[in-house]
Amino acid sequence: MKELIKKVVETYGPAGSEAQIRELIRSEIAPYVDEMRVDALGNLIALKRGGGKKLMLAAHMDEIGIIVTHIDKNGFLRFFPVGGLSPLTLIGNRVMFENGTLGVVGAEKLEAQKDLSLNKLFIDIGAASKTEAEVKVGIGDVACMSREFVDLGTRLVAKAMDDRIACAILIEALKAVREPTYDIYAVFTTQEEVGLRGARVAAYDITPDLGIAIDVTRTGDTPESITMDVSLGKGPTVKIRDSSLLCTPSVRKFMEEVAQQNSIMYQLEVLEAGGTDAGAIQLTKGGIPAGVMSIPCRYIHTASEMVDYSDVQNGVKLLVGIMETEFKG
Amino acid sequence: MLLKRLSEAFGPSGCEGEVRNILMEELAPHVKEWRRDALGNLIAVKGSAGGLRVMLAAHMDECGLMISSIDRSGLLRFRKVGGIDDRVLVSKHVIVGSKKISGVIGAKAVHLQKPDERNQIIPLSGLYIDIGAKSKEDAEKLIKIGDYVVFATEYKALSDTVVVGKSFDDRAGCAVLVEVLKDEYALDIYGAFTVQEEIGLRGAGVAAYAIEPDLAIVLEGTTCSDIPPSKEYGYCTTLGQGPAITIMDASVICDRRMIAELVRIAKDHDIPLQFKRSVTGGSDAGKINQTKAGVPVVVISVPCRYIHSPISMLNLTDFHNTIKLVKLFLKSIAEGGFVL
Repeated sequence: MKELIKKVVETYGPAGSEAQIRELIRSEIAPYVDEMRVDALGNLIALKRGGGKKLMLAAHMDEIGIIVTHIDKNGFLRFFPVGGLSPLTLIGNRVMFENGTLGVVGAEKLEAQKDLSLNKLFIDIGAASKTEAEVKVGIGDVACMSREFVDLGTRLVAKAMDDRIACAILIEALKAVREPTYDIYAVFTTQEEVGLRGARVAAYDITPDLGIAIDVTRTGDTPESITMDVSLGKGPTVKIRDSSLLCTPSVRKFMEEVAQQNSIMYQLEVLEAGGTDAGAIQLTKGGIPAGVMSIPCRYIHTASEMVDYSDVQNGVKLLVGIMETEFKG
Repeated sequence: MLLKRLSEAFGPSGCEGEVRNILMEELAPHVKEWRRDALGNLIAVKGSAGGLRVMLAAHMDECGLMISSIDRSGLLRFRKVGGIDDRVLVSKHVIVGSKKISGVIGAKAVHLQKPDERNQIIPLSGLYIDIGAKSKEDAEKLIKIGDYVVFATEYKALSDTVVVGKSFDDRAGCAVLVEVLKDEYALDIYGAFTVQEEIGLRGAGVAAYAIEPDLAIVLEGTTCSDIPPSKEYGYCTTLGQGPAITIMDASVICDRRMIAELVRIAKDHDIPLQFKRSVTGGSDAGKINQTKAGVPVVVISVPCRYIHSPISMLNLTDFHNTIKLVKLFLKSIAEGGFVL
């Protein structure tokens, strides 16, 4: 599975520019699903028939990135974030555009470190002039972080673990499931990082009986970290709440029971800030029971997001368990 | 002239009737079917080709004020309707209520201000509208609580190409849409003049829900910051450099395929085009994009300086090029030159 993870995390795909990652996922899942389509917002919606109720599983394909707003006469690019980005994580980092162009993030001279803000930063693509820069990059072009996947053994590090690790888990679960008890709508959603936008319209179209998002969540297991009872290596989480939703109690209970019946280690998750696609799914039409399975992840929204491989493998098992267990709630 | 009439019309959010009437009158020879929905959106329906359903949207409403109370002295207290900068309010000539009573926004004169007051922005609580009434009873003959207020700004040409007026956001978009709707296209066109954009994109969402478009084009008068103290990299759009295409704002990421087609058309027809270089703020496109199973959208704007203030400025060449670009885009869609 590590090979698949490497492929999906290294592929380009910021919010609104998901074409490359969508094609990769499409080719990975094609043999394992019955139907596939792409909707108006670019969501990849795959149907695997098992009869029964409609289960929507959402993993977002998009990642955070930057959008070019200006190119100056010396060829430097100014930019604005696409999704939540901190300037602290950007200086010296590398970004990658859709056509493969690489750039380095530099900063203006700062009187003090506290003066650091996104509008003091620029991207250098090695161009000596505006004309030279414009051969490779234009205003409105979008870049993601550029960073190779690293396998530290148990721990895996990469850009875009948020939320490609969930894409990889959903792909693996589609391959592994034997007796699905639902018509499974596996949705690889777009534009989650800018406001859960893909999931919202996909859920409207599908009108599922049950919706579960798969995403990453924060941890409280690093020095002087936020207080949070989630750690790497203790299993995927069953979410209770985040800023976007209170998970439907019957869904949370169902997910816990599936984990217990299959002897899968899991953690309960209370996330103070942050939202997930499940928030948009839950409020669709007359309301839809919704829950979230999260993979604990350190250093979210940086170029080096870290997850634990055993959590990922347990995540696949829990998701397969969900696919094969009827939700009666 | 239509832009002048629309610019001078009284139409803050929730009070778009006067603008709606002008639009219906202007389009009467060109539009047979009208819909007016529960929120007040005006939708012109053209064509029944059974082809693509294209929604064009421009919002009728403008930022304004609302009377919240009348003092014993006859001075009117007010609240803002939409995002107006408090600093631009003092000493402006305004029009109040359906009887269109003239007034001025008053505040304590500079002579009477304490030194520290002079260094502060006058808060809304320190401002009032003075209609020359002698008492509360006197004022109540003309004004009711809840009456709307707009700036009393006349449309004026500063040169052959540069004009100033109130509410080019989004009466410029309305005027563009009117001109576009005067032509015929082999498409199902829904020209939506929306309400309540300035207070939360409220009209566009319900209009799109009812229309169920295959794709949508939002027409705006957008911010233009090409002036000091902005640094060049902070410019949003530049006056005179053509229609501005939004790639992304706080509410939406526009459809890349539609943007690419607009760029192609502009190039083929020598229409100057610019991208909006700021990504803050929202537009009706955000709501339309998120309607039902999703709608691909693009935003095309006439750059306007000083929006959300008593007076805004645009370039008529940009305005006419926006009309031209939208018409060509619709023709391209109708001819199948552009497929989603």
